[in-house]
Amino acid sequence: MNQYEVTIIVDPVLSGEEIKATAQTYVDHLKNEGCTIVHVDEMGLRQLAYPINRRTSGVYFCIEFQPNGADVIPGAELALRRDERIIRFLTVKLDKYGVKYNDDKRNGLIGTVKKKKKKEDSRDNRRRDNRRSDNRSRDNKRDDRRKDEPAKKEAPAKKEPAKEPAKPAKAAAKKEEEE
Amino acid sequence: MANRDDIKFLSNPKIGQKRQKYCRFRKYGIKYIDYKDPDFLMQFVNEQGKILPRRITGNSLKYQRKVATAVKRARHLAMLPYVTDLLK
Repeated sequence: MNQYEVTIIVDPVLSGEEIKATAQTYVDHLKNEGCTIVHVDEMGLRQLAYPINRRTSGVYFCIEFQPNGADVIPGAELALRRDERIIRFLTVKLDKYGVKYNDDKRNGLIGTVKKKKKKEDSRDNRRRDNRRSDNRSRDNKRDDRRKDEPAKKEAPAKKEPAKEPAKPAKAAAKKEEEE
Repeated sequence: MANRDDIKFLSNPKIGQKRQKYCRFRKYGIKYIDYKDPDFLMQFVNEQGKILPRRITGNSLKYQRKVATAVKRARHLAMLPYVTDLLK
């Protein structure tokens, strides 16, 4: 059985009930045509990326359905096209991966969308972590060098004063011997 | 004073190396690209809203095609712009 989904953008100027009623009419329309409605996703009010008919936002609905044999889609699309309350619509046939994806999304199986995002985020984090760790290690190395350098400087500085008293001591010893 | 170690790092040996490209869909087993997810598709689009070529994204041909159709569908549904500037 093929599965389709139709995404519709409803005019946001209508009142909340009217918007829902508009979406419901198409759900009912499809049901009357003998389709099994799999899911109706209310994606809510979104900003449009570009103005359509002087509207800058729209209410998105996504209806997933399985038609029973007969051609339902041309009829449904014709109805959508004639409806002034619908800003835009898109009907898409889902392949098996699409069906699975939508199932996962509905069941919140870390809704594949999130999964994708998480994966990318984690990847980014990993990269960042790597960078951080690299930086840290580099910093540490630099720090070590810095530590080493002053230590070296200090060390000879210590030696010099150590020698100085040694000489007078020897001199004193010599003096003592002479005495 | 410049030590021998410092002189070594004046030219970065890693600058010339290329980062290995890979297809993220193959690598992470993503089979379906959702056209209703503009945030995800934003990664395959440049600042003007143009679809990035395969040589930059590193996608395999199969998934580049799917990305392209998904972006085009998203544009039709006004989730992504057809033309813009400073998208990102």
